[in-house]
Amino acid sequence: MIRKILMSGNEAMGEAAIAAGCKFYAGYPITPQNELTAYMATELPQRGGIFIQSESELAAISMVYGASASGVRSMTSSSSPGISLKQEGLSYIAGAQVPAVVINVMRAGPGLGNIWPAQSDYFQATKGGGHGDYRMIVLAPSSVQESYDLTRLGFHLADRYRIASMILSDGLLGQMMEGIETDDEARAPLKIDKPWALTGAQGRRPNIVQSLYIRRGDVEKHNIVLQKKYRLIASREVRFEGKFLDDAKLVVVAYGSMSRIAGAAVDELRKQGKKIGLFRPITLWPFPSKELEKVSKRVKKFLVVEMSYGQMVEDARLSVKCGAQVSFYGRGGGGVPTEKQIEREVLKFLNPKH
Amino acid sequence: MTKNYKRTESLYDVATHYCAGCGHGILHRIVAEAIDELGVREKTIAIAPVGCAVIAYDYWRLDCAEAAHGRALAVATAIKRVQPDKVVFTYQGDGDLAAIGTAETIHAANRGENLTVIFVNNAVYGMTGGQMAPTTLLSQKTATTPLGRDAKLAGYPLKISEMLALLDGVYSVERTSVSNPKEVFNTKRAIKQAFENQIQNKGFSMVEVLSMCPTYWDKTPVDAAKWIEDHMSQYFKLGKLK
Ligand SMILES: Cc1ncc(C[n+]2csc(CCOP(=O)(O)OP(=O)(O)O)c2C)c(N)n1
Ligand code: SF4
Ligand SMILES: [Mg+2]
Repeated sequence: MIRKILMSGNEAMGEAAIAAGCKFYAGYPITPQNELTAYMATELPQRGGIFIQSESELAAISMVYGASASGVRSMTSSSSPGISLKQEGLSYIAGAQVPAVVINVMRAGPGLGNIWPAQSDYFQATKGGGHGDYRMIVLAPSSVQESYDLTRLGFHLADRYRIASMILSDGLLGQMMEGIETDDEARAPLKIDKPWALTGAQGRRPNIVQSLYIRRGDVEKHNIVLQKKYRLIASREVRFEGKFLDDAKLVVVAYGSMSRIAGAAVDELRKQGKKIGLFRPITLWPFPSKELEKVSKRVKKFLVVEMSYGQMVEDARLSVKCGAQVSFYGRGGGGVPTEKQIEREVLKFLNPKH
Repeated sequence: MTKNYKRTESLYDVATHYCAGCGHGILHRIVAEAIDELGVREKTIAIAPVGCAVIAYDYWRLDCAEAAHGRALAVATAIKRVQPDKVVFTYQGDGDLAAIGTAETIHAANRGENLTVIFVNNAVYGMTGGQMAPTTLLSQKTATTPLGRDAKLAGYPLKISEMLALLDGVYSVERTSVSNPKEVFNTKRAIKQAFENQIQNKGFSMVEVLSMCPTYWDKTPVDAAKWIEDHMSQYFKLGKLK
């Protein structure tokens, strides 16, 4: 059944989780994602799930580890300072290969920073914020609808690859209200068997959920298995969106809520007859490197715009062909680049003489 | 003649990595016997700590999760909430349960999670080489208290069982030891009771066991057992706390 509802980004991610069959949520309050924790507290117990307000984010992520080890779909959410605490658990989740969905509604840092929106946790999310050689699938929604859709996808991918999916939202997107469409039947993720889950060793050999390998050489073998899995994901799960790429002379690269503002700037410049395109990574890991490289065969100017002082721009620079220039514009600490500022930066880059 | 003393089913027939005279080996056996006597092996899920007992799953024929250091009770909380029909227990050292995991311990207890906790107090960090633990006795020498633990610098041995006994969420707390055969039997009784409490949905039950670490106490196994009786149990009084 298709339903139309008006929701905030935060609530949409909660609703998507429940629709995806999430049966366990643990979280610790932090702004700007509190609506999500409250949504889960109200809705989840009524719909057959378990809600726990944990004593910390360290505990919350370990609870998710336990619930996922039991074979159920589980999730936690937080915002930047809390996500820093979750890095311990994320590393164990990666090592033990248990699925999990983790939402980061990013706010400004470093330290306590502020509750204003930011995109300054890109490095932490995509380069492995915890210890060890590991990856998470990082999905970056740019609307409330997409917050819903990508959260559901996140559960599916987490189970499919026994990996953590992080939904990288931000304070703007979390608080934004928009109408969304949900279709419970059409988008219900497939049920995936979990013969590795801890359910009591009844009539089978015991299952162990572990990340420790005592014997020398075994951790290396384990890492090789993980790397193989990461390569598989990188080859299959890249997602991005392009706009006006066919004839663009300059392409703006942005993700998440920043891509909404950048998209509006691109539309405005198009109206003025300027050939500007938009490239929006949806998966931040795996990053759409090959796809961006392909664009750079023809386009020689890229402007990366972020609500940070330049994090994704590094991946963009590594992706494009040599000969292509990558410029950057960003504001951090809660500052949000405006449409006008982006237009100005585009024109400056397009036409350096002026 | 029939053989009465056999390896219990929940214990694999393998030699452990524990040092001679270590309390962990005795406790592994006791835990396995209690589970087998209650007939719950096939529905039990263990949470191994980070500490000398981290590979307890190499010894127990049980489903087992390894938790990050100190987070065993957070992991156990979720496993039990998701599968209330299973028997879920943690097995944790003093560093794991009463230092890095203090918050997880207190809050799982305070929520009254229906879990069984085996708390192995050996007054040191065994795995990392005998450093001071929260439960290290005053004047006890360790790698990080080379002159003996000084209360002015490092505080007092933490009586976390007494603290937990104050919480409304806690159903039972008992302190025992494995320093002599009589105490070993008593520990077995207490641990079996703590599992029965969970099976009967009574709530959070913890057994703190004073356990020998001859290696980092720099003692022979016999002297280590005697040290529990002469010193450790003078400060950490044995008996039912709640
Ligand atoms: C986050 C983290 N910090 C430190 C360590 C190193 N470490 C491993 S075991 C341990 C202490 C274990 O002591 P205890 O819990 O008393 O167990 P025991 O070995 O004495 O049985 C420490 C500090 C770790 N593995 N993880
Ligand atoms: S170091 Fe101590 S606690 Fe660890 S195995 Fe040896 S005796 Fe036991
Ligand atoms: Mg210890």
